[in-house]
Amino acid sequence: MNALAATLRRLGAMTIDGVWRLGFAARFSLAVLRYSGQSFLRLPLTIREIYFSGVLSLLIIVVSGLFVGLVLGLQGYDILRRFGSSDALGIMVALSLLRELGPVVAALLFASRAGSAVTAEIGLMKTTEQLQAMDMMAVNPLARVVAPRFWGGVISMPLLAAMFSAMGIFGGWLIGVVAIGVDDGAFWSQMRAAVDFRYDVLNGVIKSFVFGVAVSWIAVFEGYDCQPTAEGVSRAITRTVVYSALAILALDFVLTSFMFRGI
Amino acid sequence: MSSNVPSDPLVCLEGVRFAYGEREILQGIDLTVKRGQVVAIMGGSGCGKTTLLRLIGGQLRAGSGKVEVDGQNLGRLSTRALYAMRRRMGMLFQFGALFTDMNVFDNVAFPLHEHTVLPDELIRDLVLMKLHAVGLRGAQSLMPAELSGGMARRVALARAVALDPMLMLYDEPFAGLDPISLGVTGQLIRRLNDALGAASIMVTHDVQVSLDLVDYVYFVSNGIIVAQGTPEEIRASDDPFVRQFIRAESDGPVPFHYPAPPLESLLSGVAA
Repeated sequence: MNALAATLRRLGAMTIDGVWRLGFAARFSLAVLRYSGQSFLRLPLTIREIYFSGVLSLLIIVVSGLFVGLVLGLQGYDILRRFGSSDALGIMVALSLLRELGPVVAALLFASRAGSAVTAEIGLMKTTEQLQAMDMMAVNPLARVVAPRFWGGVISMPLLAAMFSAMGIFGGWLIGVVAIGVDDGAFWSQMRAAVDFRYDVLNGVIKSFVFGVAVSWIAVFEGYDCQPTAEGVSRAITRTVVYSALAILALDFVLTSFMFRGI
Repeated sequence: MSSNVPSDPLVCLEGVRFAYGEREILQGIDLTVKRGQVVAIMGGSGCGKTTLLRLIGGQLRAGSGKVEVDGQNLGRLSTRALYAMRRRMGMLFQFGALFTDMNVFDNVAFPLHEHTVLPDELIRDLVLMKLHAVGLRGAQSLMPAELSGGMARRVALARAVALDPMLMLYDEPFAGLDPISLGVTGQLIRRLNDALGAASIMVTHDVQVSLDLVDYVYFVSNGIIVAQGTPEEIRASDDPFVRQFIRAESDGPVPFHYPAPPLESLLSGVAA
C-alpha cells in the first residue's frame, strides 16, 4: 500500500512538474516575442548572434553539404543507371536536397553546433549570476540576451540550409559530371526543368524556417530554464540536442505531409 | 564609521515572511536601514540572509509583510516601476557576476550604455573615474578570466556604483578573498557609501572585518532576527547566538549536527 502511495505521489509530482514547465514554457515564449521588438531596434545585438550562430556554423555546413552531395551523386548514379536514366541525376540530387536533406540535415547540424552553444552560454550566464546581475541593473535578460539569440538562430537557419543545398548540388555535380562523366548539359537542364520554385524551393525554405524557430526556441529555453549548476547546464545541452533532433524529424513529417499531398 | 549622520529610513521591512514552497525561510523580519548607514546582516549558512537581500532588491516578493525602499512598497510595484527603482540600486554579487564576453571597461560601461544617452567620450571618462576609485584603471582592457577573485570583485563594485546608486546591496563581499583584498574591499565599501551618501546592506559571514566597518548589525537565525545593535553593542553582547558567532564556536544555539536520530540508534554494534 505504501509503495502504491509512493508511486502515485511520484506520478502526481511528475505531472504537476510537467504542467508547470509547460506553463512556464508558454509564458517564456510570449515574453520572448514581446521583447523581440527591442532586439530588432538594437540590431547590432541580433547581428552579433547571426554571426555566432550562422557565420561560425558555415564551415560545418559547407563541408557536410559537400559530402552529402558527393554521396548522393554516387548512390543516385548507381540507382538511375539501372533504369537507363542517369541523365536525371541532377533532378534527383536537387530535389533530395531542396525538399528534405538540405533543411533537415542542416537543422540537425545547426542544433548540434549553434543550439548547444546557445544553451551553454545562457546556462552559464545563469549559473554565474550574470542574468541576475543584468536584471538587478534594470536590464531585462529576455530582451538583452534571449531574444537576440532566438532571432539570430531563426534568421541564420534558412541561410545555412540554402548553403547546405547549394554545396550538396555542387558535390553531386562533382561526382556525376566531373568524376563519372554524366552529361553536363543534361545534369543542369533537367534540374532546371524539373525543380519548381514554389513547390520545391519555397517549401524547403519554409521547412528550414520552421526548424530554425523550433531549434532556437528549444536552445534558449533550455539555457534559461536549466538548473544553475555544472550538471544542470550539461543536462540542458543534452536536452537541447535530443529535443531538437526529435522536433526536427517530427516537424519534417508533419510539414511534408501538408506540403506534398499530391504524392 | 560614517561621517554622515544617519537620517531618514531608506529601507524598511515590516513583518516580512517568505517561503520556498512549504519551506518557510523568513518568519517575520523587521529591519530598518537609514541613509548613510552601512548595515550588516549576519547569520549561519542557509538562515535566509541572501533571501532577505533578494527581497530588498525586488528579485523576490514577500509572502506577507512589507518591503519598502525609499518609501515605495516593492510588492506593489509594476515591472517597469521596479526597474526604475533598480536603476537607483547597485548590487555586488558573491563572485562579481561580470559579463564574461566583455572586458573590464565594457562591464563598467554597461549600465551607462543601457540607461543613459551620454556621449561615448563622457561614458569613457565616467568609467575611468569609477575604475580609478577601485584602483583598477590600468586593468580596463583585461577580460574577466584574466582577473583575480579580488580584482573581479572590485570591477563588479565599480560597475555597481556606475549610476551612483542610493542603495548598495552586497552578497558575501568578502567570501574567498585574501587578507589584502579583503581589507581593500572593506575600505572601498565604506568609502563609496560615504562618498555617494548612499545606504549599504551587506550579507556576510566575516565578523571581524564587518564590525570594524559597519554602523549596525542584524543577526538572523531560523528566519527571524535574533539580535541587533551597533558593533560596540554586539561585541559586548551576552546573547549566546551572538557569542557563538563572534567567537566562531562550533556548537551552541546553531547546532554542529544536522538534525538526525541519536548515533547509538544507528550503530548495529550498540544495538546488539
